[in-house]
Amino acid sequence: MELLIKNGAVFDPANGIAGDKTDISIKDGKIVDKVSSGAIVIDAGGRLVMPGGVDAHSHIAGAKVNVGRIMRPEDTRAGIKPRTKITRPYTGYTVPNVYAMGYRYAQMGYTTVFEAAQAIMKARHTHEELEEIPIIDKGALTLFGSNWPTMDYVREKNMDKLAAYVAWGLLASRGFGIKVVNPGGGEMWGFGKNVTGLDDVVPNFEVTPRDIIVSLMKVNEMLGLPHSVHLHCNNLGKPGNYKTTLASMELAKQVKPSKDRQVLHVTHVTFNCWGGTNWGDFESKADEIANYLNNSENVTTDMGQLIFGSATTMTADGPVQYANAKLLHAKWANGDVELEDASGVVPIFYVKQVSIHAIMWAMGLELALLTKDPYKVLLTTDHPNGGPFVNYPEVIALLMSNKKRQEEIKTLHEAVHKRTKIPGIERELGFNDIAIMTRAGSAKVLGLLDTKGHLGVGADADVSIYDIKPDQTDPSAEHAKIKSAFQSAAYTIKGGNVVVKDGQITATPMGRTFWVDASVPDEQKEIMMKDIRMKFKNYYSINLANYMVQDAYLTHPYVVRAGVIPVEVS
Amino acid sequence: MSNVITDALCPFCGCMCDDITVVVENNKIIEAKHACKIGAAKIMGHHRIKAPMMRKDKNADFKEVSYDEAINEAARMLANSKRPLMYGWASVLCEVHKKGILLAEELGAIIDNTATVCHGPSTLAVHEKGLPTSTLGQIKNRADVVVFWGSNPVHAHPRHMGRYSVFAKGFFSEKGRRGRKIIVVDVRKTETAGMADEYIQVQQGSDYLVISALRAILAGQAAVVPDTVGGVPKEQLVKLVDTLKAARFGAIFFGMGLTQSMSRYKNIDNAISLTTELNSFGKHVIMPMRGHYNVTGFGQVCAWETGYATAVDFARGAPYYNPGETAANDVLTRKETDAAMIIAGDAGAHFPANSVRHLAKIPVVQIDPYWNPTTEVANVVIPVAICGVEVEGTAYRMDGVSLRYRKMIEPTHPTDLEILEKITKRVIEIRGE
Repeated sequence: MELLIKNGAVFDPANGIAGDKTDISIKDGKIVDKVSSGAIVIDAGGRLVMPGGVDAHSHIAGAKVNVGRIMRPEDTRAGIKPRTKITRPYTGYTVPNVYAMGYRYAQMGYTTVFEAAQAIMKARHTHEELEEIPIIDKGALTLFGSNWPTMDYVREKNMDKLAAYVAWGLLASRGFGIKVVNPGGGEMWGFGKNVTGLDDVVPNFEVTPRDIIVSLMKVNEMLGLPHSVHLHCNNLGKPGNYKTTLASMELAKQVKPSKDRQVLHVTHVTFNCWGGTNWGDFESKADEIANYLNNSENVTTDMGQLIFGSATTMTADGPVQYANAKLLHAKWANGDVELEDASGVVPIFYVKQVSIHAIMWAMGLELALLTKDPYKVLLTTDHPNGGPFVNYPEVIALLMSNKKRQEEIKTLHEAVHKRTKIPGIERELGFNDIAIMTRAGSAKVLGLLDTKGHLGVGADADVSIYDIKPDQTDPSAEHAKIKSAFQSAAYTIKGGNVVVKDGQITATPMGRTFWVDASVPDEQKEIMMKDIRMKFKNYYSINLANYMVQDAYLTHPYVVRAGVIPVEVS
Repeated sequence: MSNVITDALCPFCGCMCDDITVVVENNKIIEAKHACKIGAAKIMGHHRIKAPMMRKDKNADFKEVSYDEAINEAARMLANSKRPLMYGWASVLCEVHKKGILLAEELGAIIDNTATVCHGPSTLAVHEKGLPTSTLGQIKNRADVVVFWGSNPVHAHPRHMGRYSVFAKGFFSEKGRRGRKIIVVDVRKTETAGMADEYIQVQQGSDYLVISALRAILAGQAAVVPDTVGGVPKEQLVKLVDTLKAARFGAIFFGMGLTQSMSRYKNIDNAISLTTELNSFGKHVIMPMRGHYNVTGFGQVCAWETGYATAVDFARGAPYYNPGETAANDVLTRKETDAAMIIAGDAGAHFPANSVRHLAKIPVVQIDPYWNPTTEVANVVIPVAICGVEVEGTAYRMDGVSLRYRKMIEPTHPTDLEILEKITKRVIEIRGE
């Protein structure tokens, strides 16, 4: 099938196109040079055209998401829409059902989304849900930061074995990259304890978070994985944690990237750019993080923007969730996974008149507005931790309009004036910046810029068209229009299929699941497997033969090859 | 010719033991090594329903019919129903649950599973308090104090203690049983209680009081606790709190004794609060002892597809959930249901008499490999292959770990999946006519 999108105001930052009237030709699911005269024509009529949205960090599938659903029927009730001839029912706001997950992303013009954390042992569950999320392409990052084999090999300084373990773990979980959450803390939470900084020693394993992060970054580059290490820093949720975040970013200097991308992605900075020493003197240090980003080259971040209202916090950072539950007197789910990591789920409600929440709201925006290069700060809400992904249009409008920010600030706790820099920041981002933070940048950070996040020849034919005429719109003044246009795409095209028209789902093709097959020399793998077999014999509660995610759970796989030995790219 | 399958999974209880070695000869399982007696019996199989059967009058005998006839009649009964109920789902794989939920959407039916007479109250408690838990291996490697409350694994989960909770040795628990304190709280001195270091006998219906007393003592309010609570001497409760407080890693496993006795979900709510509070001292987790091997799986699939774990009413076209109104026994005792499909669960044996009486009056389709009390109230009986033995697919262990069941032998009957697909297709045709 051929499609021709005419008269669009195209923003395709990866190809240097910023609002030019450019035609986009689509054939067999790919962007091509030109199409025949028989192509179906979509007249964009001067409206905004961008590559399909790419989200590099969102909790969309797996054990902790489902725990959120089961413990929060009140949330499920918040977003109900009956089935139609085309769509299954939608439910939920912060923890939508699998169908709403795919439909709502597509309705916002997003076509690729990555689940930010799965334990290997529970990866089968992640894939069961991913397989049922319609339309979008997806993948999942795999937790390695507290795994016993990781810590053993870090202690032994055996990077070959660690590389072999990571490659095998990605295969076992059909994962896309290395996620590290509160490294070492997951193991310590097994006995209700935590690490307090980069140099605490994890008992019994005799390693520090610093060792774990650096070793995994090295191995990530040894394997040439598409994405970098994706880090949720230690001390998250504690006032003063910006120092730990800066110290963690500094570690990236020890490793050279194997590809044209960062070596460390520090995620949801809203939760780890906290100044002060307690809740009383709590303040934003997002400016310090932005300053670091402006003076360094190999670290990227995402916002984790806070959205006022209901959210569900969910993370492999078990201890922070216990602390949250105690602080908020909220219901608490904990889900530690043997030999691998911890996790917790706690509902929260962000309130404008609570000083901490008002300051946190400012943090994500400060980070994005004070960092000069939009490629270094992706737009996320750490869905559903900062708030549900359906609020991305609100975040876009806030970034594009100082007027909107000032109006919002008037409604917030006064602490936002004293303990953040946001009231004085006048910068307003343009469509090109937004296209980077939600498309080109996320694709680059993930290492998928060959086929995602741009509209050049050979890219996947994922395109969104929004009902805004950039040359006739002042986003600063007309922020409400911006928000409503990004909430409901005029068209979303996924793999060459029109899946959304005028904000309504028109088709529900299944997307693909991306995972990385990283090869290591056989003998290296075999040496590592001896240790793994011992771990299963003595410590796991299941047999090795039943551990790995089977092919049956990936009906639409997309394999990205990597590895320490050169392999052909499929 | 014999064929040996290793690392096979047992389709009996929520332990989902995955170390079974099955010996197959001529498409017949002749041995199931490592399985407990109940598990082995499940795997080996017994008297199956041979062919589909139908009858109009429930007092009449069944007549054997073809699969097409039975499927057609089942679809007709469901399609003509104004308030269909689809109940069961415990002993089938998640792939079947997905098809079931799709059919429920199509019919505007109520879909509910066996948790309604089992750990349904635990789900209600999770709505209130969450669930601090972990995988079973975490307990195997770390636990030094284990409490079984209203649960009797010796009989209901025979290998639980060996594999995960009592005798299992792990990284921080090299001594296995000798390094663990085992406490049983129950109204009867069960065989599990006989093996425990400490047995606490609670008067029937007093669990809530006892848990509340423990929480009061834990909070430093022992002075307000009377000399005996629910039949338990105060000293014994104080001692239990001391043991729990001193634990490095404590685990509470609870069963029907807590979920289906007086105070029901409030017992669990209280026990979860106790567990949460204990985390101020050491690490503590709590876990329901789920019965059928994949009863957990239905809750998982139903939650990610509809947002709710069970008791979902599709009458409005969108999922609606209100246990007390939309659970199987609610609609049966109100005599609201006018047709029912019972699949992989036995309402006839386990539901209250009033519910079964209503089932006896309305059209009932049963989908099951085995004859059971539900068969006695059925109009249409469709025998199927046995999931987990003759059909491969996914199930969730009691701790939420999902595993893939192997196919051990070729099925002699169609699968649940095939039957549900055909019924769904026929329902759409009938509704379109």
